[in-house]
Amino acid sequence: MRTANLKEKISLHFEYGAAYLLALIWMLPLIYAFWSAFHPSEYATRFDLLAPLTLDNFREAWSQAPFARYFLNTFLLVSIILLAQFILCTLAAYAFARFEFPGKSIAFALVLIQLMIMPEVLIVENYVTMSQLNLVDSIVGIGLPYMASAFGIFLLRQTFKTIPKELEDAARVEGCSALQILWKVYVPLARPTYVAFGLVSVSYHWNNFLWPLVITNSVTTRPLTVGLAIFGAPESGVDWSIITAGTLLAVAPLLVAFLLFQRQFVQSFMHAGIK
Amino acid sequence: MNQRRSRFQIHGWLLLMPAAIFLIAFTYYPTLATLAKSFFSQGNAIKPSRFVGLENYEFLITDEVFWKVVGNNVIYAATTIPISIALALLMAVWVNGRLPMKSLVRMSFFTPTVLPMIAVANIWLFFYSPDIGLIDQITSSFGIASHNWLGDPDTVLGCIIVITIWKEAGFFMIFYLAALQTLSPELEEAARLEGASRWYYFRRVMFPLLMPTTLFVLINAIINSFKLVDQLFILTKGGPDNASSLLLYYIYEVAFSFLDQAYASTLTVVLLLALAIIAIGQFVFLDKKVHYR
Repeated sequence: MRTANLKEKISLHFEYGAAYLLALIWMLPLIYAFWSAFHPSEYATRFDLLAPLTLDNFREAWSQAPFARYFLNTFLLVSIILLAQFILCTLAAYAFARFEFPGKSIAFALVLIQLMIMPEVLIVENYVTMSQLNLVDSIVGIGLPYMASAFGIFLLRQTFKTIPKELEDAARVEGCSALQILWKVYVPLARPTYVAFGLVSVSYHWNNFLWPLVITNSVTTRPLTVGLAIFGAPESGVDWSIITAGTLLAVAPLLVAFLLFQRQFVQSFMHAGIK
Repeated sequence: MNQRRSRFQIHGWLLLMPAAIFLIAFTYYPTLATLAKSFFSQGNAIKPSRFVGLENYEFLITDEVFWKVVGNNVIYAATTIPISIALALLMAVWVNGRLPMKSLVRMSFFTPTVLPMIAVANIWLFFYSPDIGLIDQITSSFGIASHNWLGDPDTVLGCIIVITIWKEAGFFMIFYLAALQTLSPELEEAARLEGASRWYYFRRVMFPLLMPTTLFVLINAIINSFKLVDQLFILTKGGPDNASSLLLYYIYEVAFSFLDQAYASTLTVVLLLALAIIAIGQFVFLDKKVHYR
């Protein structure tokens, strides 16, 4: 019994070692980015603990690309999408959760199709649509295909269904209309779901790249990811330290938010995943 | 009463209407338009587009790049899916257990999820660079010759796969973590009292109980294996000689670099078919396991 215990103890320590090693490997890209961004470029590939620290790379990166504008674009993009998603998904989810109408189950199945056929797959045809709508190279154009999110509709419907119907009946007796009931009863009670969906949506669209790349072609519309790709392209001839500084600038808001609200983030992603 | 019911029905449809319009405009219509366009030739200023039947599909069958890209995508899926799921499960078990400093470990596993692929690709590009890159600096200290990881057709796809696993595993870990926290701790205690080893407990108790989560994660991983191509734009542009190109990246190239929307639509139909097969598979196999309330 004792030897078995000892053996198990050793293997447990071995496992913990493996866990820490894996965690270190997982952090390595970020650690390297910090190293290279805060040191002069001659130290970008030379690791010397006594290397001097500097903020010049950040200043350089900030002056070489219109990061301020990219930040503004991404901020606008993420806010527009989130606002539209909240409105569209709330209305649709309410219909699916609490109304009976012909074709409801077919409509719901059709909505779920979008979980599979995401806008990324349809870039070719959506580009054509955007040029017909004259929305190529506009922030609204980047956002439109994502606004009716099947994921959001599904998530909110699940939440709305758990809210006791008696609350709705009580509000109706008080003379509230359907929209008033939605706004005064359902939306406040579904707050955790809105937070969860909001965080998932914001981090998705902050990081999204392919469709924004296709649909934008000027500084006034490009989000951070597309700007960063152009900034970091090898043909632009910018050196490592400045690229990593630019990269850190681009990820900073989300990364800081994540570190501050780590628990909330993790729980939101969990919440969003449990069906 | 009847009047009230019909008003109820109309309200339902009205609430659904805004979302439906968006879904029709940006999901259903483009899906059908893609299918239709795949039967037409690419028009230009001199020659307008015309119906060509299956000509685009005939070209597709003889297109070596297409087969190369499909092959790559199959390898990409067959490696990233099982490895990232296995790692995710391992991570979740570690972080859920008695590991000291586990919140720090959990944070490092999850961090790649909140970073944009484009940004991390910039950093990985440095890791892979010949001579000065981190990997070569480590291997050269062991006396191994430097290697152009991204320039060699034999290693480039592997490099892309590693990044994808790194990016995905922590995301999937979260779902396992959520599921593990619903398992009662008495279960493990009981198993240990019976003398079961940790591995036995994992294999016979924990893993079967996590099956719904595994299936959910699996679907996500499959979709990602078609969708996650951002890193190619920074690291390889699909090269060298299409050795690292994936289907969605090839669609992008055909549509927006070669400006052949008809053929890009044909390629998109293949992608849509693959997704449809997954969707049907999910419907048939998973519906029994994953309950939608």
